[in-house]
Amino acid sequence: MGLISFLKSKFHKKDNQTEKYNQGLEKSRKNFSNKLQNLTMKYKSVNQEYFEELEEILIESDVGVNLALQIIEDVLEESKKEKISDPQRINEILVDKMFVGYASKGDIQNELTFLEGTPTVLLVVGVNGVGKTTTIAKLASRYKKQGKKTLLVAADTFRAGATEQLTVWAERLGVDIITGPSEADPASVAYDGVRKARLENYDFVIVDTAGRLQTKANLMAELSKIKRVIGKEIEEAPQETFLIIDATTGQNGVMQAKAFAEVTNLTGVVITKMDGTSKGGIILAIRDELGVPVRFIGLGEKLDDLEEFDLDKYLYGLCVGE
Amino acid sequence: MAFESLTDKLSGIFKKLRGQSRLTESNMEDMLKEIRIALLEADVNYKVVKEFTNNVKEKALGQEVLRKVNPSQMLVKIVHDELVELLGSEDSEIHYQNTRPTIIMMVGLQGTGKTTTAGKLAYLLKNKMNKTVLLAAGDVYRPAAIDQLDQLAKTVGVDIVNMGTKVSPVEISIKAKEKAFNEHYDVLIIDTAGRLQIDEQLMQELNDIRDAVSPDEILLLVDAMSGQDAVNVANAFNAQLALTGAVMSKLDGDSRGGAALSIRHMTGVPIKLTGVGEKLTDLDVFHPDRMADRILGMGDVVTLVEKAQEAIDEKEAKKSVNKMMSGKFDLTDMLAQLKQVKKLGSLGGLLKLIPGMPKITPEQTEAAEREMKNVEVIINSMTEEERHNPDILKYSRKIRIANGSGKSVAELNRVLKKYEQMKATMKQLETYRKSGRMPPGGLGGLGGMGGLGM
Repeated sequence: MGLISFLKSKFHKKDNQTEKYNQGLEKSRKNFSNKLQNLTMKYKSVNQEYFEELEEILIESDVGVNLALQIIEDVLEESKKEKISDPQRINEILVDKMFVGYASKGDIQNELTFLEGTPTVLLVVGVNGVGKTTTIAKLASRYKKQGKKTLLVAADTFRAGATEQLTVWAERLGVDIITGPSEADPASVAYDGVRKARLENYDFVIVDTAGRLQTKANLMAELSKIKRVIGKEIEEAPQETFLIIDATTGQNGVMQAKAFAEVTNLTGVVITKMDGTSKGGIILAIRDELGVPVRFIGLGEKLDDLEEFDLDKYLYGLCVGE
Repeated sequence: MAFESLTDKLSGIFKKLRGQSRLTESNMEDMLKEIRIALLEADVNYKVVKEFTNNVKEKALGQEVLRKVNPSQMLVKIVHDELVELLGSEDSEIHYQNTRPTIIMMVGLQGTGKTTTAGKLAYLLKNKMNKTVLLAAGDVYRPAAIDQLDQLAKTVGVDIVNMGTKVSPVEISIKAKEKAFNEHYDVLIIDTAGRLQIDEQLMQELNDIRDAVSPDEILLLVDAMSGQDAVNVANAFNAQLALTGAVMSKLDGDSRGGAALSIRHMTGVPIKLTGVGEKLTDLDVFHPDRMADRILGMGDVVTLVEKAQEAIDEKEAKKSVNKMMSGKFDLTDMLAQLKQVKKLGSLGGLLKLIPGMPKITPEQTEAAEREMKNVEVIINSMTEEERHNPDILKYSRKIRIANGSGKSVAELNRVLKKYEQMKATMKQLETYRKSGRMPPGGLGGLGGMGGLGM
């Protein structure tokens, strides 16, 4: 059974979550799968042109030119070996390649793990305007619902209004927050927060940081200082560091991931704004280059519009459609 | 800086052609393939890339080109012209009204930098163009967005219409327009909430604001790091609102700027401004031809000169040039010169603008910046007499200066050596001047940079 039929059967009975996931991904799915299907109809049997158009579809999804070329090459090779020329089956091989390519790059575990007796510290990093603060609110809401005593730490002391933004969320969510004066050293705010969490037995601490472009050496150094300071207060912390990436990001997303991985111990990526028209192909590119998994995806502006990343569903949404 | 790696890629491709005596189908084919990959890696829209490479091929294979002696240069020119074509061949500026307030509306996806840019634009208008500015806080959705604009307004020192989050953005805009007209402001900037172009309800809201206040400019914020979808987003906003321009934000990252290269061509919306940093001053007017020069590693001398004109005190510069030429160049002048250069901004950013200097790593730039700082600290620890007359610096004075500046004697000696080098350069310049020839590359007051270990 090909992967597509497997996925189809798996999601035949649509649970609620899949439904929401699909709604959010609707745009991406329509774009990608419509194009793929149009392509299938245009060609009775595949030729050079078919593969070129396939390449175009992948590149237009922000998968990246190198990865796209590689995937196409793999598909081409296999189709030659197996003597397959039916477009439908070629597409199945394509999805197969993407699936295996992602899955073989490392672990797939989305949910955070919590330890007895010591707070789990999550450091949230990313470039400007990707939705760090909103994602933090969504994550806080998610784990508060699971009964975790949660503390927010407003270590973005730079951007005008950032602390206020997080404070508004803390009030709405009914979780505690640590803030510092504007322009304060973010590392000291982070330290205060983590210290409070340790002394007052919080389960979960989320440290918000200012958006920074990965090319700013001094700001990246500041980030590594924040990380160090947190580690001084709680050994092993931050246990998790999430890089937040906007789904509309192009190949610069890979550069972002590389640069942030140099100064922090990246344990996951959260893709935000996946409810737009972009295809989030950067998910595959980042995994391919760095092996860092996508843990969650943001599908809207409401607090519960955050879903665990599910490779099956993602590829299903992207390639199969309905 | 944005475009940097695209620049590297392209110059690598052109280099390969240098050995070839003419352009042929076959050497063109390889090169076009490489250009194609370089552009796609830079997130230039797929369709734009296709058209671009086709155009280059067509022009390059024309009879006229084949007869040219140097195919590499010719190709650079063709690619350059095509890039200018893509970016828009004319400067497009914001149009300001003379008799009534100009109304500018900022729109875009979430997180593209609307509020920040509104602040920067207010700063630019107030400080560089002497205009009175009113901001309108129309983002009632994102928590604390209004606080953000409020803080920016205070920092810049302009007025703001802030009606809280309970009032509709349409109403806020109407009130702001009334205030702008009644109190004779020059420019009203309306900040709006970020929204997805597929969100019909929120897009309708933008339409309502537009209908209510008829803005002169509707500017779409585009993140320089956006991927292939940037064009779709711009098209959707344009179809709904009839945009008058785009602002590329975050061009100070290492994005290869593909969105910037695609938007104008695919949507017809011209880029008017670029955001190049987090400071309020980091907003530039966009010049397509200069940008094309920069992408091809040809530097951007015009921007450099403009920056220099803004930052360098002309009297001061003349004084030190005259002094230099007369051979009376001392450490005070070296320090003054250094300060002038520092006013231009970061060394790294500056070097990008100088043609033929693409191969400098961030580490090298940082080292050079550290070095400049050292020079400053060390000279500052000297007495007036020592600065005017460095020859008197002997061992005990050197120890004192080293201790005072927290540097080593070796570092002090390095500074002195550079001073000697600069002095020698000055003498050379003077010879050039007397003989009536210009030195190669003559950058006038900046000539001394050569002595700074670059």
